[in-house]
Amino acid sequence: MTFDWRFQLDTKRQYEVVFIVDPTADYDVPKLTESFSQIITDQGGVVTRAETMGKRQLAYEILHHKDGTFVLLEIEGSGREIAELERRMRVNDRVLRYITVRVDEDRRRAEKLKDRRARKAAKRPAPGEHRRRGPAMEFAEASGE
Amino acid sequence: MASNYEDRQRGGGYDSDDDDRRPMGGGRGGGRRMHRRRVCRFCIDKVDLIDFKDVRLLQNYLPERGKILPRRISGSCATHQRMLAEAIKRARNIALLPYTTN
Repeated sequence: MTFDWRFQLDTKRQYEVVFIVDPTADYDVPKLTESFSQIITDQGGVVTRAETMGKRQLAYEILHHKDGTFVLLEIEGSGREIAELERRMRVNDRVLRYITVRVDEDRRRAEKLKDRRARKAAKRPAPGEHRRRGPAMEFAEASGE
Repeated sequence: MASNYEDRQRGGGYDSDDDDRRPMGGGRGGGRRMHRRRVCRFCIDKVDLIDFKDVRLLQNYLPERGKILPRRISGSCATHQRMLAEAIKRARNIALLPYTTN
């Protein structure tokens, strides 16, 4: 197989894929989700989460449908599985729309911010404890503050 | 949500602190709209990620017409406004939020 640089860089990408299924095909949703998950794992990815978000009314009509069943798939892998999945979804008549979002970088950044905040909070002494004061503060104390 | 617009734009008293920061001069014909420097709601709650699937949260920032609330009305800081806008646009794409309403 030719070396595809696009998919070699890292296999730890996280994606969220949300797709909308034709509401008249309710019975098919678990089967469809399963087959999509299978595609992902066949290609070497990992499905971290598969959640049927339920039937919702759409904000606007899509292909003459006013509502649909939303399904969420959380996937870990390189981009190759996503490309294949999207191809299948495009072909499938039951899938009305899909969106793929890459979330690993955003999540990493969110984790970093949270950690930084936790560390900053831990460094600060608990309220009420004596804190080391600088020269300005000592002056205020001396003047009877 | 329409009422939010009205509240914000009604003229208040003059605040000398804000005068220094405003670039526009007083020659705009009298009353100048002042609004308090509200802090970003997201910064207070310390949110790091705005999920496009969180329709209930995003809906608060979409008034009647379905347009995204500008920063001066919503009070968000730049970073969160950008995250918010991106999330709203994604949600619109997947029909969780409308592009327009009429």
